[in-house]
Amino acid sequence: MAEEVVLLDFWPSLFGMRSRIALAEKGIKYEYKEEDLRNKSALLLQMNPVHKKIPVLIHNGKPVCESLIQVQYIDEVWHDKAPLLPSDPYQKATVRFWADYIDKKIYDLGSRVWKTKGEEQATAKKEFIESLKLIEKELGDKPYFGGESFGYVDVAFIPFYSWFYDYEKCGNFSIEAECPKLIAWAKRCMQKESVAKSLPDQQKVYDFILQMKKHFGIE
Amino acid sequence: MAVLKLFGSFFSPYGYRVIWALKLKGIPYEYIDEDLRNKSPLLLQYNPIHKQVPVLVHDGKPICESTVILQYIDEIWPQNLLLPADPYDRAVALFWIKFADDKGYLMLKLYRANGEEQQAAVKEWLEMLEVMEEHALIGVKKLFGGDEINMVDIAFSFVAIWLGVLEDILGLEICEPHKFPRVSSWIQNFQSIPVIKDNFPDTDKMSTFLKHGREMMLTSKSN
Repeated sequence: MAEEVVLLDFWPSLFGMRSRIALAEKGIKYEYKEEDLRNKSALLLQMNPVHKKIPVLIHNGKPVCESLIQVQYIDEVWHDKAPLLPSDPYQKATVRFWADYIDKKIYDLGSRVWKTKGEEQATAKKEFIESLKLIEKELGDKPYFGGESFGYVDVAFIPFYSWFYDYEKCGNFSIEAECPKLIAWAKRCMQKESVAKSLPDQQKVYDFILQMKKHFGIE
Repeated sequence: MAVLKLFGSFFSPYGYRVIWALKLKGIPYEYIDEDLRNKSPLLLQYNPIHKQVPVLVHDGKPICESTVILQYIDEIWPQNLLLPADPYDRAVALFWIKFADDKGYLMLKLYRANGEEQQAAVKEWLEMLEVMEEHALIGVKKLFGGDEINMVDIAFSFVAIWLGVLEDILGLEICEPHKFPRVSSWIQNFQSIPVIKDNFPDTDKMSTFLKHGREMMLTSKSN
């Protein structure tokens, strides 16, 4: 039976990038549909009625929502190629913990770095750098978070690299100066075709954020 | 030495999630009750990043975050599976578990609120209950897990038990049965499951503790 895979997405979305990478890692052919978030398609509203958000993965007509759930689903269904999650339950728990940390802490703090100003931004920046240092410590000297091979936490976190320039410019700091190992890791990931093809250019992301800030009156 | 240790607290819904999962699977464990105003060095050692309960320690190795713990338990002890075996059904279950997890902040928000803030918090609760009523529970006859509870039921336990405690101490009725018939029915079904009944949190103790805590908080706010 022919597999029909559709991804409803929005090009700068950190979350959408995760699913793009997972699909590319597995060599899955799919239809990419760009959503205009100011004018959401009927399909998006039908497939994700609860949150009305992208990304939505539609597999043979059935929607899977939430990027990390999509990555795990892709890993389970197309399990014969490029495994992303470890098979050992304790290691699985560890990677799930870190993916959760990325979503709970790193994402929120990063958002506050580009959305706020003054003291609020200064606090966010400090905490953001601390959180990056913590995850850099978890990486240690491994080539990837997954060890020798690219894995779940790598997929969860590498999209943020496309936003690093934005965080740096808005927050006026250098991530490489603070976390050189993270940048080395990111550049290593970017050499993978699945990653390079899935991440937008950092400058393009920054220009988009500038437009958003103007539009929402965040200056 | 116990193979399994669980750090929890008497009022933490997240700790109870793990208790129920272990009980459902018939797994023995040692329970360590934490005073969250005075966390033990052991807890801080096992969960240095979040410093929270629950933490499950299995053969000396800690696992943190209740949903991560539940999935770990389900994988190590597959009797009475808490997640569906089919990948698509599992993805749907995980979606609702994440939804429940993401709404957990509503408990503290409501607890801390007064006046206008309370109205806003109540409104958010009603929106969440409406999603449960109009989306999550569609097609659910008794429980998310069918005749037995599964991880989705466990994830929504804060609605089944902790919301009632908050309604009690605040003198509010948020989950009105005529407005949310499916949710109300699900709550009754959840509460009547033997493992839940037999391992029910001490809601009287919680009410007293939380009432007192709220009075102190509101007094210090107005000072």
